[in-house]
Amino acid sequence: MTLPGARAGAWAAAAKVAQRRRRAEGAGRSQSPVTPSLRAALYVHWPYCEKRCSYCNFNKYIPRGVEEAAVRSCLVTEAQTLLRLSGVHRVESVFFGGGTPSLASPHTVAAVLEAVAQATHLPADSEVTLEANPTSAPASRLAAFGAAGVNRLSIGLQSLDDTELQLLGRTHSASDALRTLAEARGLFPGRVSVDLMLGLPAQRVGPWLRQLEDLLRHCDDHISLYQLSVERGTALFTQVQQGALPAPDPELAAEMYQEGRAVLREAGFRQYEVSNFARNGALSTHNWTYWQCGQYIGVGPGAHGRFIPQGAGGLAREARIQTLEPDSWMKEVMLFGHGTRKRSPLGNLELLEEVLAMGLRTDVGITHQHWQRFEPQLTLWDVFGASEEVDALLQRGLLLLDRRGLRCSWEGLAVLDSLLLTLLPRLQEAWRQKTPSPVPG
Amino acid sequence: MWPPAHPSWWRGRALVAWVTRAASPGLPRPPHGRTLGAAGESWGLSRHYSSAERKEKVDMSRFPVENIRNFSIIAHVDHGKSTLADRLLELTGTIDKTKNNKQVLDKLQVERERGITVKAQTASLFYNHEGKQYLLNLIDTPGHVDFSYEVSRSLSACQGVLLVVDANEGIQAQTVANFFLAFEAQLSVIPVINKIDLKNADPERVEKQIEKVFDIPSDECIKISAKIGTNVESVLQAVIERIPPPNTHRKNPLRALVFDSTFDQYRGVVANVALFDGVVSKGDKIVSAHTQKAYEVNEVGVLNPSEQPAHKLYAGQVGYLIAGMKDVTEAQIGDTLYLHKQPVEPLPGFKSAKPMVFAGMYPVDQSEYNNLKSAIEKLTLNDSSVTVHRDSSLALGAGWRLGFLGLLHMEVFNQRLEQEYNASVILTTPTVPYKAVLSSSKLIKEYREKEITIINPAEFPDKSKVSEYLEPVVLGTIITPDEYTGKIMMLCQARRAVQKNMVFIDQNRVMLKYLLPLNEIVVDFYDSLKSLSSGYASFDYEDAGYQTAELVKMDILLNGNIVEELITIVHKDKAHTIGKTICERLKDSLPRQLFEIAIQAAIGSKIIARETVKAYRKNVLAKCYGGDITRKMKLLKRQAEGKKKLRKVGNVEVPKDAFIKVLKAPSDK
Repeated sequence: MTLPGARAGAWAAAAKVAQRRRRAEGAGRSQSPVTPSLRAALYVHWPYCEKRCSYCNFNKYIPRGVEEAAVRSCLVTEAQTLLRLSGVHRVESVFFGGGTPSLASPHTVAAVLEAVAQATHLPADSEVTLEANPTSAPASRLAAFGAAGVNRLSIGLQSLDDTELQLLGRTHSASDALRTLAEARGLFPGRVSVDLMLGLPAQRVGPWLRQLEDLLRHCDDHISLYQLSVERGTALFTQVQQGALPAPDPELAAEMYQEGRAVLREAGFRQYEVSNFARNGALSTHNWTYWQCGQYIGVGPGAHGRFIPQGAGGLAREARIQTLEPDSWMKEVMLFGHGTRKRSPLGNLELLEEVLAMGLRTDVGITHQHWQRFEPQLTLWDVFGASEEVDALLQRGLLLLDRRGLRCSWEGLAVLDSLLLTLLPRLQEAWRQKTPSPVPG
Repeated sequence: MWPPAHPSWWRGRALVAWVTRAASPGLPRPPHGRTLGAAGESWGLSRHYSSAERKEKVDMSRFPVENIRNFSIIAHVDHGKSTLADRLLELTGTIDKTKNNKQVLDKLQVERERGITVKAQTASLFYNHEGKQYLLNLIDTPGHVDFSYEVSRSLSACQGVLLVVDANEGIQAQTVANFFLAFEAQLSVIPVINKIDLKNADPERVEKQIEKVFDIPSDECIKISAKIGTNVESVLQAVIERIPPPNTHRKNPLRALVFDSTFDQYRGVVANVALFDGVVSKGDKIVSAHTQKAYEVNEVGVLNPSEQPAHKLYAGQVGYLIAGMKDVTEAQIGDTLYLHKQPVEPLPGFKSAKPMVFAGMYPVDQSEYNNLKSAIEKLTLNDSSVTVHRDSSLALGAGWRLGFLGLLHMEVFNQRLEQEYNASVILTTPTVPYKAVLSSSKLIKEYREKEITIINPAEFPDKSKVSEYLEPVVLGTIITPDEYTGKIMMLCQARRAVQKNMVFIDQNRVMLKYLLPLNEIVVDFYDSLKSLSSGYASFDYEDAGYQTAELVKMDILLNGNIVEELITIVHKDKAHTIGKTICERLKDSLPRQLFEIAIQAAIGSKIIARETVKAYRKNVLAKCYGGDITRKMKLLKRQAEGKKKLRKVGNVEVPKDAFIKVLKAPSDK
């Protein structure tokens, strides 16, 4: 499939204008007039990387050569198929993740965006994010992505310490990272995010905080702080197992996290999610959709999606996973128009569990209105108001339940997973009481 | 097809097959005629075979008392007791010499693995010496002090013992313990120095040790190699020449000692008996002196080493008896059997099994409860010395409190559960039965006795109501090369032991005697002793009653709440160390929670040890985007499900694993 460059460029050009307008308004999240089931976010997975990072257990492949035209064609086809299947009228954000999508050609990105714009309404001010690695993203290339329609960059900077970058198996240096960051800011002012890792083996709190402060002098309006988790099957895991590297110290990581949050707050950043910080309203709308349990469509090998297949007459939201391995995925897309490997309908309770677990990751938590959209009968008060165990969490100041809704306190956010072990069973219990199990016989 | 090695051993199994085959003509007959005879014998086949069966039934009247010798082999672990037994069985034609006889008498898997005999086995050997046909009854004894009562009952059926000592290792702790058991029973002791074929064998040194420790002239030692058969014949001659025949009377009314019993699924209890007086045969009505229950004898016979029916058993003889007993507790070791309406004075020395070590046993998974229950029932069918009480723990679920004769007994029981019944269990740290002498008249009234035994720590009476506490003690014998003496003395001191004696049994070996509190050796004393002596020191012990002890009840608290399953009775001097260990183990196994957890060990209101589990400072998945949600929800739900199963102590959630880590007996290496 080939797309007339002019048309792709047309969408991108319109987007540029809209982006400036939107930025001037300083909007945090778009309040779309379209009903939730008719809109979705779109995730596009580019599965290839140049090199394997020592900590990464994502679905990625180090190919000898990528037949990019074929992959592009499949991404476009699958996007078209799934958009049709979902019946959505409007795509509010597109996220190119990976793998290393900045290794793809800007043409591929343009082709996908154009296909989306043709299949459904892709407003000109939609957020279009591309994940970029410092080395694979020289300024000219970043500009080409901008021309293709990308309007937000998420840079996998990870660290400003060359030794740490080496340990992580990254191909870039700290100076590469800062140069890319500066170039990106020039191209996408106010729309650049950087990732910084914490809790690395042998990492100490003081030096890490200095990295963060250094980064604050260079960064734009969005930072993500990620605690490293040593995952089975990665080189790092093996090294730690064999004792070649010390296991990360969770105490130190906790301290870095707490100190880091405080530093960022001082610097005017809003911690709008567990790991995400933004100022000047530069939140990621795409990711916000995940935490608010909006619909999203996953395109590409191993991509996940959650939407109601209304185009096929579906009524329930489905959790969908695309075929993992790129070659098989491509075969399937060529044969069937999509590579969906697994579809599991989400029950109402399951969806509510996700609303709870995802919503509490954000600073606003779950508002009463938000909850009511998913569960009109049981209020948050009904579910959590009368529980002794929940009350203990409220009393300890980890959780707040008030007129606005249910949310974590500053302290509670850091231990959300522990809180959920009390909240999820409570929700299940309330659900059982609401729908008494049928009398046997 | 038909194993020729032990005709009597495989009789039962082979014959079932034959009976079925006999009914279908055209199938090949078994090649051995004698099989048929045996078949008719115990399975009552058609008349056609009955003439053969008469011939097979042993006529034991051929053996007058003066041609009978009853003896036992006693030895330290691995000194070759079972190998010598194998050779004796071969020499007397009891088992086939051409076969690779490996410890024929040790039937249990654990026995063969560990080289110890747990269950006594018996064999009657027919031996021609200087023209006379002798009946030599080899009464094998359990090879460990845990079973010293059983050993003493087996010995009471004997007039002599073969004391087997390794020519390389020399006298070991168990050799001493066994010798004194035989000596106290006034038996003739024939020292046998085994393994003289070994490169490092030093029989002369061992002779000197025997002379020094047991006061037996060195020229009485028989030097053999049971493994290659050297000089074994002279052992048999010594048995005939040096051991007196039993002093018994055929004319008197029946008086039979039960010295062992086993359970057979089809025939009930098979009791091993030694006849002190009288005669017994099928159809006799007999009574148990202990239970006063009466039975009709179905079958009597001798063991060679498997059952061989006989017409009658006569005074001085040893054999088996089946009389419709349904449970091994009906044929307790040490009991006396006599003829109905002809009561006799019971033989002395009978005691009911007295458990000395208790441990909780729980299925790893509660769904395994019923399987484990049936496995325990099956095992105890053969071992009446294990006491079983249902117990339940909030943390570990439903289970049992089992009482064992000693540590090895416990370990063997556990191993058999695992190996023979494929049951995996949690065994809690063993405890010993303490006693309290009550001073409160109210309590005395309540218990109806002044001295009570405490098995469950939760029932430990308060000091204010007690005049003294008592703990069981043992007299331990340690034999060691003298270079380890210092370390061993330190170990014993740390275990609150009091030295009673110390002698050099030769130039470089020391025998130490200590009075040791039993609870100090139930966990890892033996392992420590072995490791600090590079495996050279040996240890054995015998019951030495009770002694006054300053015992205290120690509570373990989590954020101020007592954890019931961790209440422990400890000696005052050990409270701090033990409390600290428990707190540390808990600290390592308690997951962090949203608040700090104080783990404390306390005696009354006094805190003696403390550890802290810090609160979670961060517990939240860093990355949670579209692709992570499914995995994340799965994980959270699994954790939430697991949390429901946690035991709550106050506000602290304690996983089962944490209890297991604290309560579980240290596993053997």
